[in-house]
Amino acid sequence: MIISVASGKGGTGKTTVAVNLALSLNNVQLLDCDVEEPDAHIFLKPKILTKKTAYLPLPKINYDKCDFCGECAKACNFNAIAVLKNKVLVFPELCHGCGVCKLVCKKNAIQEKNREIGVVRKGNAGEIDYADGVLKVGEAIAPPLIRGVKKEINPNKTVIIDASPGVSCPVVEALSNSDYCVLVTEPTPFGLYDLKLAVGVLRKMSIPFGVIINRDGIGDNRVEKYCEKEKIRIMMKIPMSKDIATLYSKGIPFVTEMPEWKERFMDLFKEIKNEITR
Amino acid sequence: MKQIVVISGKGGTGKTTLMGAFAELAKNKIIVDCDVDAPDLHLILNPKIKETHEFKGSKEAILDESKCIKCGKCEENCRFEAIKNFKINPFKCEGCGACAIVCPVNAITLSEKIAGYWFVSDIRLGPMVHAQLGIAEENSGKLVTAVKEKARTLAENNKKDWIIIDGPPGLGCPVIASINGADLALIVTEPTMSGIHDMKRVLKVTNHFGVTAVVCINKYDINPEISEQIEKYCDENNIDVAGKISFDPIVTKAMVNGKSIIEYPDEKVSLEIKKIWERIERCLNE
Repeated sequence: MIISVASGKGGTGKTTVAVNLALSLNNVQLLDCDVEEPDAHIFLKPKILTKKTAYLPLPKINYDKCDFCGECAKACNFNAIAVLKNKVLVFPELCHGCGVCKLVCKKNAIQEKNREIGVVRKGNAGEIDYADGVLKVGEAIAPPLIRGVKKEINPNKTVIIDASPGVSCPVVEALSNSDYCVLVTEPTPFGLYDLKLAVGVLRKMSIPFGVIINRDGIGDNRVEKYCEKEKIRIMMKIPMSKDIATLYSKGIPFVTEMPEWKERFMDLFKEIKNEITR
Repeated sequence: MKQIVVISGKGGTGKTTLMGAFAELAKNKIIVDCDVDAPDLHLILNPKIKETHEFKGSKEAILDESKCIKCGKCEENCRFEAIKNFKINPFKCEGCGACAIVCPVNAITLSEKIAGYWFVSDIRLGPMVHAQLGIAEENSGKLVTAVKEKARTLAENNKKDWIIIDGPPGLGCPVIASINGADLALIVTEPTMSGIHDMKRVLKVTNHFGVTAVVCINKYDINPEISEQIEKYCDENNIDVAGKISFDPIVTKAMVNGKSIIEYPDEKVSLEIKKIWERIERCLNE
């Protein structure tokens, strides 16, 4: 079973929920798919056992064969190639590694070389199987690395996926094939606006979902009213608590200091299972 | 004309709160929201939209099943796992067109799609350019670039002194597009282990692209020890700490009321943010 944790707005508590849920269950694998800013390792302190470099193919021009016809630049939908009179410019930061340039080149003048885009790290944190992706600094495109992390999915485990904020391609890539998604929000106008966007993503992708309100008490009740109106289940509320915030700041998952929360996360998991089989 | 971008690496550290304040504090400026994925600045600044533009940033492959001979060439050539069992998954398709090129019976066409909208608006404090990426869409970097180009033209035509940009979280394509050409990146962090970790990563990005960065620590008093660590790190790496902002529930209260924190001018946090703005102004005018 794959449970993903997403949010729309950043900093609402995705990693907090993903990590504390993982620590409350048995037979778990946690995948941190926020490859731009992976933070779950700060809380789980996993022992990293393997590091695999992830690559994306990048076109390389063979000038002995190239006749500067410009077909590659015309076919590239990402503006990643420009053909000049006697030179071909490739822009790695725009290239998606799709291979279209190579497909259309009649002179067979394009080869591909691997370009490093990041690292997939694997290991364990106690009983938890752990994997994450770390995007190389300066790299623009996260989805291929997210796909690399998701290749590590172990179908025999309960898989928890920590997604990145936002509602665009990296989030879609992280959420695809999830059995359920937990949306973490905060009870503020920003939280609500971005929650609505995230709900739109999940409805479009036909993934069942529920909401967790984090820092309950800091704002207003518009998130609750919205969920009620939209018949969205509020699975849990985590109160605004100085203790939880302090533990978070130190990189300590709060279930380890507040064991009563373990049961609540176990209940959450039961509820998710019920929702999926319903 | 100077361009400032507010970023953070980690989400939820207070970028938009600061932007709402800068909109009040800066004179003769244009305000830009480049968090096109999850834009929130409009919730504080209440823009009146004057122009709406379609953003045609990407394409998607469409299969005509009546023509398909199920040869499987498309699936073989798709590098995004977007084609399975002679069906195209629109969420995985990146619109590269490889499938259309290899299809022997022309059953696949690439169609341009509207991937979002961008707007030119008026706020009480001047012009604003902002956008909304379509749900589950891609190419947010391109939309950011479109928004910034418009902002730049407007700023030049109207002789503005400042372009102030609210950036997205993370450090991928929309962030890179946001910081491109900026005179200064203000990195908003918080004194948590995640905050410091993500700040260090985003500082590497600004450094990589040669953009000068300064840091401000939001809610610095929730963990003074880590705040000190951040200051020490910045000091050792020659990064200016433009200021520190206290934790105060009034910030959330202002947001709930749809107001900028500067509309509560006597609050300590407002004064702290004002000082940060003055320091940035000085820093860029030097």
